[in-house]
Amino acid sequence: MSIELPESAVPPPTGAGESSSTPTRRTFIATSTAVGGAVVAGGVIGGGSLLGPEEATAAEAPPSSRVSLTVNGTRRTVTVDNRTSLLDLLREHFGLTGSKKGCNAGACGACTVLVDGERSEMGVPPAGGWGRVNSCLTLAVRLEGAEVTTIEGLADGDRLHPLQKAFIDQDAFQCGYCTPGQIVSGVGCIEEGHTGSPEEIREWMSGNICRCGCYVKIVRAVQQTAGRK
Amino acid sequence: MHPFAYTRASGTREALDAGRRGGRYIAGGTTLVDLMRETVERPGNLVDISGLPLREVSVTERGGLRVGALVTMAQTAAHPKVRTLYPVISQALELSASAQLRNMATIGGNIMQRTRCTYFRDVTADCNKRDPGSGCAALHGFNRTHAVLGTTDSCVATHPSDVAVAFAALEATVHLLGPDGKRGVPFADFLLRPGNTPHREHAIRQGELITAVEIPALPRPLRSGYLKVRDRQSYEFALTSAAVALHMRGGVIREARVAAGGVGTVPWKLPAVERHLVGERPSDALWTAAAEKAAEGARPLENNRFKVELLKRTVERQLRVVGGTK
Repeated sequence: MSIELPESAVPPPTGAGESSSTPTRRTFIATSTAVGGAVVAGGVIGGGSLLGPEEATAAEAPPSSRVSLTVNGTRRTVTVDNRTSLLDLLREHFGLTGSKKGCNAGACGACTVLVDGERSEMGVPPAGGWGRVNSCLTLAVRLEGAEVTTIEGLADGDRLHPLQKAFIDQDAFQCGYCTPGQIVSGVGCIEEGHTGSPEEIREWMSGNICRCGCYVKIVRAVQQTAGRK
Repeated sequence: MHPFAYTRASGTREALDAGRRGGRYIAGGTTLVDLMRETVERPGNLVDISGLPLREVSVTERGGLRVGALVTMAQTAAHPKVRTLYPVISQALELSASAQLRNMATIGGNIMQRTRCTYFRDVTADCNKRDPGSGCAALHGFNRTHAVLGTTDSCVATHPSDVAVAFAALEATVHLLGPDGKRGVPFADFLLRPGNTPHREHAIRQGELITAVEIPALPRPLRSGYLKVRDRQSYEFALTSAAVALHMRGGVIREARVAAGGVGTVPWKLPAVERHLVGERPSDALWTAAAEKAAEGARPLENNRFKVELLKRTVERQLRVVGGTK
């Protein structure tokens, strides 16, 4: 399945140009963050950075780039502030809020998505790798030609992915915040073939933190799904 | 995060040109993007080098191994040649970070990663590495995870990489390409001890690019392995670690390569331990006596005195694991 969407210029993640008249929790937070960000941005430009003359106006418009990528089978072309992470692109611009922002530092795994870079234009993985990655540490502008699969892209219509089903069967979550990342990471773990024992699953799933402590059942869910393959 | 210009280098020449003009290379980005968000790193111009042809793992003419700078940690660890010839490298990599990060991070970037010292990462704290001349908040601060070897009053931060410890042990060479051509830097000279200039961390000149890390051929059979000791079982940086490679023939140790991690301002090669092993037959007494030399010159801080004894025990245990006991 591949749907072509027209190019859309999306606002920078700082919220500059945000036009929503009814502030939601999300736009409120984004706008609040922008205030601090703008002050810092002015400082670095004035301090004489490595920016060339074409970037001299960056204080008004932060450098942005155009990128085309495929998300859950839909090809999208957007122009984004270079600072935008893949996670923010998915959540704030594409409305795909399944991938969660936990630590925003690559430490918790809540933002895990699958990136298949082998089909990118340059024939190489765009972020230096492929498979499950932390979308919070992936700059969106680097994903030219990449195929991204998020938690929203795992199910086939109403038919859940076997690992989604297994999480329900095993009751592998309480609050659910880490669950999308756990499931996507689990899919990657199964694809990588690191499911030989509960110990191996624990080790290769250690990049996904669960504050509720559902690890035993998460391991069982991954095991259940891997066993079917 | 501060604004930055972004360019994608389509070839090595283009990358080097951008690097010479002050562009900052980005490969996996797992350290750089994280530190940019904390505003510890503030590059004005990012040059994406992930399209460059530096993705080969190959056996060299002399029988060593050459790992391209853009091979990911996951790919390197899983490579059959790496697993067969140098298990110490695969083990060090698979005990690092998480599966997600290993899918992204590259070998070149791994050895360039910056310290996990919390004061370095906190832009409100004094840190000579981040802000030369500002002082070192870790010296008399919370320094439980900090270094005990190679420190100065300017900096007590550890180098966080595991695979760099294996590279140091095996006496790897870092291959660089720059405006003036190619050169190879021995690993021992690649990462710099802090001295009075902890902001200078490596031997790379402006615009130079890491193209590969080469592991020299070592006599066969070679047994090797990596032990990492940490506060939790997985996904944590080392308190102490040991990379050991031994070549034994006729029941005698002929060659020894040993280095320690988590304890030094750079991956810490242990020549005194190596010298103690060569020419000897494996025994519990030998491992204990050799490991006793691992902490020579250690200068513990208020909260990390335990590292001195832990280092010796880590080295001793890994010598026994790799060398066995006769």
